[in-house]
Amino acid sequence: MLRIRNLKCYYGRIMAVKGVSLSVNQGEIICLIGANGSGKTTLLSAVCGLLPDWTGEINFMGRSLKNLDPPAVVRSGISLVPEGRLIFPPLSVLDNLKLGAYTRYKKRAVHEIGQDMETVTTLFPILKERFDQPAGTLSGGEQQMLAVGRALMARPKLLLLDEPSMGLAPMIVEKIMEVLEILRSKGLTIVLVEQNALAALAIADRGYVFETGTVVLQGGAGELLADKDVKRAYLGKDYGDFYDAG
Amino acid sequence: MCAPRELSVLEKFNGSDSMDSRYRKIVYIVFAVAVVCIGLAVKNAYYLQMLIFIGLNTLLALSLNMLMGYAGQISLGHAAFYGIGAYMTAVLTASYHVPPLLALPAAIGAAMVVAWIVGVPTLRLTGYYLGMGTLGFGMIVHIVLREWSSVTGGASGFVGIPPLAAGPLVIDSEQHYFFLVWAMVLLCIIMCTRIIDSRVGRALRAIHDGEMAAAAVGVNTKKLKLQVFILSAGMAALAGFLYAHLIYFVSPGTFGFLASIRIVTMVVIGGMASIWGSLFGASLLTLLPEWLHAFSEFEMVVYGLILMTVMIFLPRGLTRGVLDLFERWRKTNDR
Repeated sequence: MLRIRNLKCYYGRIMAVKGVSLSVNQGEIICLIGANGSGKTTLLSAVCGLLPDWTGEINFMGRSLKNLDPPAVVRSGISLVPEGRLIFPPLSVLDNLKLGAYTRYKKRAVHEIGQDMETVTTLFPILKERFDQPAGTLSGGEQQMLAVGRALMARPKLLLLDEPSMGLAPMIVEKIMEVLEILRSKGLTIVLVEQNALAALAIADRGYVFETGTVVLQGGAGELLADKDVKRAYLGKDYGDFYDAG
Repeated sequence: MCAPRELSVLEKFNGSDSMDSRYRKIVYIVFAVAVVCIGLAVKNAYYLQMLIFIGLNTLLALSLNMLMGYAGQISLGHAAFYGIGAYMTAVLTASYHVPPLLALPAAIGAAMVVAWIVGVPTLRLTGYYLGMGTLGFGMIVHIVLREWSSVTGGASGFVGIPPLAAGPLVIDSEQHYFFLVWAMVLLCIIMCTRIIDSRVGRALRAIHDGEMAAAAVGVNTKKLKLQVFILSAGMAALAGFLYAHLIYFVSPGTFGFLASIRIVTMVVIGGMASIWGSLFGASLLTLLPEWLHAFSEFEMVVYGLILMTVMIFLPRGLTRGVLDLFERWRKTNDR
């Protein structure tokens, strides 16, 4: 569905992603893990058209995303839940959700959008109770749910999430991961960027491990969970557990 | 405490807007009736003139509020568009004897074209830099108006602008002008409210909150910012057009840096992102200097003090501030 080949992304003269190739199949949850600055967010920005300065190939459903601006990418069926949520705090929850469907209003799809609103509020009932509140008054978890809901309002075929667990209580993280699993069962394809590798790999089908702009490891989620290096670097075990003891 | 009534999502989704719009219609009607009553009741030429100026300033504040209050793009050169509108009609009607009715679209169109040309490069800037960019633009326009004397009459101004006329209908009495200006104000208020309540309005506020996030949900931020800038320039030019035919005389001083700052102040005092705030801000800043004549040499000091007090105690502007105060008062009374 999404195929990236030899992607290199630049911030001015600095290369942040150094030739990454990966593929995402229909109906999968793919998880990208890696430390800060390893290029995961940059990769998502490039896919979404937010970072135009890249070379290589990004194909989505057979179409190249080169030179597409963000609205065109959203229209082609890719939605991003940005890092740090980036909801619109002074706007009401309802307006935030309506903004998610921004690119669709032109097609006179008001009824459909209403139905999607229903779907989103079934996934996240709390949003319904908060409809008229400014989004900024929501708790962190609710804001994350709103950000996911907003992205879903665009009716994406591919959902990209950038660190949805950031700063959230484990219970909320679990709830969000549950929703992602529900979405997958409905046929949505998901790319999940996470520092919380354990939570992410638990629901993912496959994963890629990033390090300083390159993919150093890839494989099924189970294999990665069992991998020594992944355990050491991302699952909270330190060197000592592996090397000193042995 | 009674349990809140469960609204179905769809009901809420479609319903809230129609309620608001019915309420809005009533507000418009009340506003129109008030304007008509005031226009018929006030005979004093001085008061009428003040009211006309409030109307013109409301147009200016409203135009900048769309850009600054809603879309979050600061412009410190907004008087330039006001000037372009005024000078365009002045030159066309007086030097080339174009009927005002044709000069109006020309004036608005000229400002919009200039906004488009200036907007493409400047709107790439953000924050302080956008402020500096628009400031420079305002100064350039001011200098052109002052120095291009063969066309604009230079620093001493441009004399001999004819009154507004469309065929046999000539608008030269203060009262008629009052109605014309306030009809325009009402039209612009309705137009702006409709824009703000639409999907475009939501997108504008989204840009204000975070351009990156707005782009991520699929808002074409560049295009939308340019569009609102052009709209805003057109409204300011309309005010300039009306100003020129009201005074019959324009001079560059009216459209300089201080004028731009005055418009910004009206927006901030009235309330950012508030349509009615533009009206209150414009009224206060138009009337205040008149009321303060009593302080003679201390006039400007008191003027500054009042503005500072408003900003300290009502930082969200008059409209929101007074509403907040009212809310608080009601809550304490309820207990």
